[in-house]
Amino acid sequence: MIVQLRQPRREVEVRGGRPARAVLIELGLAPEGHLVIRNGTLVPSDAELGDDDLVEIRPVVSGG
Amino acid sequence: MSKCRACGEPAVIDLARHNANFCADHFIRLCLRQMTRAIDDFSMFSREDRILVAVSGGKDSLALWDMLIMEGYHAAGLYIGLGIGEYSDESGRLVRQFASERGLTLHEIDLRAEHGFDIPTAAKATRRVPCSACGLAKRHLFDSAAREHGYDVLVTGHNLDDEAAVLFGNTLRWDVEYLRRQAPVLAASGGFGRKAKPLVRLTEREMAAWCVIRGIDYVVEECPMALGNRHLAYKESLAGLESRSPGVTASFFLGFLERMAPILDAGVDHDDPVACRQCGAPTSAVDESCAFCRLVSTAAAHEPVPVRLVLDRRRRKAFDEQWGTTTMETT
Repeated sequence: MIVQLRQPRREVEVRGGRPARAVLIELGLAPEGHLVIRNGTLVPSDAELGDDDLVEIRPVVSGG
Repeated sequence: MSKCRACGEPAVIDLARHNANFCADHFIRLCLRQMTRAIDDFSMFSREDRILVAVSGGKDSLALWDMLIMEGYHAAGLYIGLGIGEYSDESGRLVRQFASERGLTLHEIDLRAEHGFDIPTAAKATRRVPCSACGLAKRHLFDSAAREHGYDVLVTGHNLDDEAAVLFGNTLRWDVEYLRRQAPVLAASGGFGRKAKPLVRLTEREMAAWCVIRGIDYVVEECPMALGNRHLAYKESLAGLESRSPGVTASFFLGFLERMAPILDAGVDHDDPVACRQCGAPTSAVDESCAFCRLVSTAAAHEPVPVRLVLDRRRRKAFDEQWGTTTMETT
């Protein structure tokens, strides 16, 4: 599964077939500090991410 | 998959501080309810008031503008071009796109064109922390624009996490004067217009989710000059506490407003500002120019400084990775 990350914008490949929370933790990203967008739709952290899904993980913290 | 607490449909977001999950429709309703509760509880403004929203191109200010319009308030936008390289180019583009798609009024101020400097140059010329020069310029220009265009109130997108982080920092330093002034609404006084923060009951995660659900394009990337600043460090500390005790950030900040702020404000005389001898704006600097005019006189006399040159090595690397700059290293 290809996951698009931000800040900076980049892509990583991780194993699918598991909840979003597990993917966040594997990538070292705090679930409370990120949103998971699956195929263009926001999903909660227990949503299952499949190998064919287009996934974006977006940070929510800003310091301005 | 988790279900919406209100209707049982599939949820799109889990909110630990509410110990609940929500579908898109009920999440939107929750956010609007929290915003209108803040507006009403703190008597921020009425539906008849003309509102000016300070918009940066980030999630909070665009979500706020969207929410106010959705609730039927009369809200126009104000965007300040800060001259922070590609970051400002992109944020300006997104703000204009948001306003034009919805037929909303947008006022713009370009720091370089109208005042002869930008934020990187101001930071270099004054040796101030960039966020400090930026905040000073924005506060002055927000206030003067609201006055010039006859708006009743200026609103900003400061959210619960922003306000809690500021409170955390002020408390760590026991900065009583700043603590006393930290309020979700500041009444018009001594020439300063009314200012309000309608998002103080909503977190930044909730505001980012609002934008995703509503299809609002915003600048996801952090301002290159703010990367690693103290405010972010305070947020990181609070986020650690929040992950262990959901809701602690809200109780810290909202509890301060309810129980501590009235004590701090009691019996304090507020100094009447005087008019700046250069621009006429209200200022506490007696017999002097206001802080903004002093900033202009120093920064506008300095030759323009590209944003990369005021970033330290770590921030410059992040800036180049984000915006694809290929300029050679110069220092």
